[in-house]
Amino acid sequence: MTDLSATALEPEVAPRSTAEERWRALQTVSRGDAVYRLVLTVFALFLPLLLLAIAGDLVVGAWPAIAKFGPSFLVRSIWDPVNDQFGALPLIVGTLYSSFVALLIAVPLSLGTAIFLTEFAPRWLRTPVATMVELLAAVPSVIYGLWGIFVLIPLLRDHLWPIARPVLGHLPLFSGVFYGPSVLAAGVILAIMILPYIAAVSREILLAVPAAQREAGLALGGTRWETVWRVILPYGRAGIIGAVVLGLGRALGETMAVTMVIGNRHEVALSLLQPGYTIASAIANEFAEATSGVHRGTLFLIGLVLFLITVLVNALARFLVWRVARGSSVGSTAL
Amino acid sequence: MTKRIIGLLAVAAGTACFAGQARAQGTTSLTGSGSTFAYPLYSKWGLEYHRLHADVEVNYQANGSGAGIQQFTNRITDFGATDGPMTDAQIAAVSGNVIHLPTALGAVMPTYNIPGVTAQLKFTGEVLAGIYLGQITKWNDSRITALNPGVALPDQDIVVAHRSDGSGTTYIWSDYLSKMSPEWAQRVGKGTSINWPVGLGGPGNPGVANIVKQTPGAIGYVELIYAIQNHISYGLVQNSAGRFINASLETTTNAAAGAVAHLDPNTDFRLSITNPDGADAYPIASFTWILVPKTMTDMAKAQELVHYLWWALHDGQKYCNDLAYAPLPRRVVQLEEERLKSITVDGKPVLPSNYRGR
Amino acid sequence: MTPRRVLRTVVGSLMTGATYGTALLAILPLAAILAMLIVKGAGSLNWDFFVKSAVPLGESGGGFAHAIVGTLIIVALACAVGLPVGVATGIFLAEFGGGRIGFGIRFVADILNGIPSIVIGVFAWSWVVRPMGHFSAVAGGFALAVILVPIVARTTEEMVRLVPNSLREAALALGYPRWRTSLQVVLRTAAAGIVTGCLVAVARVAGETAPLLFTALGNDFFSTRLLAPMAALPLQIYRYAEGPYDDWHRQAWAGALVLILLVLALSLVARAVVRGRRQHA
Repeated sequence: MTDLSATALEPEVAPRSTAEERWRALQTVSRGDAVYRLVLTVFALFLPLLLLAIAGDLVVGAWPAIAKFGPSFLVRSIWDPVNDQFGALPLIVGTLYSSFVALLIAVPLSLGTAIFLTEFAPRWLRTPVATMVELLAAVPSVIYGLWGIFVLIPLLRDHLWPIARPVLGHLPLFSGVFYGPSVLAAGVILAIMILPYIAAVSREILLAVPAAQREAGLALGGTRWETVWRVILPYGRAGIIGAVVLGLGRALGETMAVTMVIGNRHEVALSLLQPGYTIASAIANEFAEATSGVHRGTLFLIGLVLFLITVLVNALARFLVWRVARGSSVGSTAL
Repeated sequence: MTKRIIGLLAVAAGTACFAGQARAQGTTSLTGSGSTFAYPLYSKWGLEYHRLHADVEVNYQANGSGAGIQQFTNRITDFGATDGPMTDAQIAAVSGNVIHLPTALGAVMPTYNIPGVTAQLKFTGEVLAGIYLGQITKWNDSRITALNPGVALPDQDIVVAHRSDGSGTTYIWSDYLSKMSPEWAQRVGKGTSINWPVGLGGPGNPGVANIVKQTPGAIGYVELIYAIQNHISYGLVQNSAGRFINASLETTTNAAAGAVAHLDPNTDFRLSITNPDGADAYPIASFTWILVPKTMTDMAKAQELVHYLWWALHDGQKYCNDLAYAPLPRRVVQLEEERLKSITVDGKPVLPSNYRGR
Repeated sequence: MTPRRVLRTVVGSLMTGATYGTALLAILPLAAILAMLIVKGAGSLNWDFFVKSAVPLGESGGGFAHAIVGTLIIVALACAVGLPVGVATGIFLAEFGGGRIGFGIRFVADILNGIPSIVIGVFAWSWVVRPMGHFSAVAGGFALAVILVPIVARTTEEMVRLVPNSLREAALALGYPRWRTSLQVVLRTAAAGIVTGCLVAVARVAGETAPLLFTALGNDFFSTRLLAPMAALPLQIYRYAEGPYDDWHRQAWAGALVLILLVLALSLVARAVVRGRRQHA
């Protein structure tokens, strides 16, 4: 039996080396690895430190409001800056509602676009369309808001709603007079804004699925669509969920465009056609002018509440990834 | 090849950037922040003043009256700007080291969008309060038709629009409604952000203007400039003399004149001029203020700042009309001259006592 | 063909058509917004717009030069700090992120991605502007970097994870130490994807207004001084769009168009740099 170890593990060392030389060579290699890992870890620790700093700032800033209101803050609906009485329920509901609507619209659209770009689009069309989708991320919020007011809301209210009303009008989800600014409008605008994130990342993920998988699916007799649905998408599902979470983060925190189309009303309403309010919009709207300690503290407090909502939603998504992606072979966990 | 070009461009850009780091010899930069209402005027002033004095850059940016007060309090800015005066508590936070300088006047008016109605409607304070309290819900309500006998008002829902962001405009509007309606004063009160009983919120004056423009049956309140520039219908408001007045630069200045007629020479200028005396006064008007410290530490900077403010109160006023701000009454400017002369650095006054401008 | 076969073919064609439809629906708003920007803004784009700074209201011949240069500087500052940290974090998460530290950092990144940009702006105000005593471009760059890092970290992680294990194992089998495998083999392969992630993040950050409101503040005058307030495109667009004057509105539209074109140029440049590195599985 030949001794394979000497030649396989130490290419830099001359073939006939002593034991000490081989031992020293091994240690040099692992020291490089240790340094690499250390450097990366130091960089990576920046994020938790940042989070601690921001969370700390929020808690300190929110203290006057926490002290005054306590946990009932989360279930009250009043918003009275003149008398320093605040309750965040409509904000919490509005944030979750508009983001949920946004995801509902954006995820199928983004995935469809990503699949289109990787599977079905003609070659010459791929890069231009992909670039256009990425450019959606660069449009400033203000422009989205203006487009929402001048184009989207009239479209929804004056053209689409009259058609849909006979069918949907008696559902509680679509009740009430539709003035224009509404949770629906906000959800649609948010969907457009988060689309580039989900689509761009999903596209990269789908591109990285090995051709062998695709070919195997087709070889087993699947149609092109079946291959996509049953082989390719499942292969990348962990990454796609990650992309969706990225988009969701943006939806939860978006301010300018949402506040221009949502109607900014501190009320909880089931109907999509009613105005609503989100936490991020409230902070953006009132922070610059808030002068009383309790008012500012309340804005910090709802920032903290959004923070907690984000934690909960992300925990849920992590759980989902764990359940869904168990056994998925995407990504390197071997090393 | 491409990479080399890109690399060269990057180096060139970096060098250009670093070359600009040294401040031009002798340039004084002054920074102010605050009111969005006054932004167009102060921006114009800064640029015009720079033309006259190329060594002074007065940079004003609008991020809200509250932010303006806060940043002034923290001495991050050289001067602040606000549409609502500082409260006693806020003045205490700067240990009283602040002067409120009114710089111009603005007016807030009711605007509306009623399909088929082109006439200019008349409103009273009570009717406006009733609409904004949600008690008057249709355009053909008897209280509105009584004021506008010749106009055919439709049976249309009133859609109320208000500001979603904190703003001086809201402060002026709610201050006026509080004076005209005891119920409003008790239920809602006045402030830059208030607990709106009804309505849709839009951010900024354009937010409200856009809701009004795009929603049939809507009513909103905007600054004079926005109503004029946006070509939306605005209404007449009844003043304390019982006359229905159109908001204009002239009637706005009349409002201030009426309010300052009995002004105490030692006033700190923190006064409300809504619903003033005067037959030709528009009832919903207000000052906007610049905040400047009484005592400063850097004499050179203080001199440049005070010179600028003097110019703004005198020559600067000629720019007001074109931008739809009403200029200050003469009496107010005279009193402000005294205030500017009282600013000191280390006990020494910044302006000579016989100063008459550059 | 059996009925089941027919059904599968029909469903396949329907769904394929559906993906065409979704792609079209996705492009439609962008096309509509771009059309609106071009119609409203292109008319105001002239030489003056790019080389002159603000002029007093009522005069013509003004431009956005101060804002364009300002955005370039502030975004460059943000990238200089944010991209290395973000990419390094992403590599860490992909290569060493299996354990609890990795889980924690990934979680933290996702949370940070959900924080409204105005909160980041206030954070930067209290940690950079207040200690410094004045507004500055550096503070603006810091705020944008804070937004950049978590996005870039997560996208980089996803892209690096996609590199097949066979490549890693091949490199190791050839005697590469782990760190060389990571840098020279894995990263090279994932480079195109990492660049895509960075581009989307930089595009977002270039258009952010709220974080700059309390940090860079904005400036009516042309300035490249890093320690003074600086103008930026999104700030200028926002302020002019909020103003009452048609002249300002036209300039705001033109500014938004320029912003999109800038991001497009950046995207093309970055793609050119990484050309040819697209991995083939």
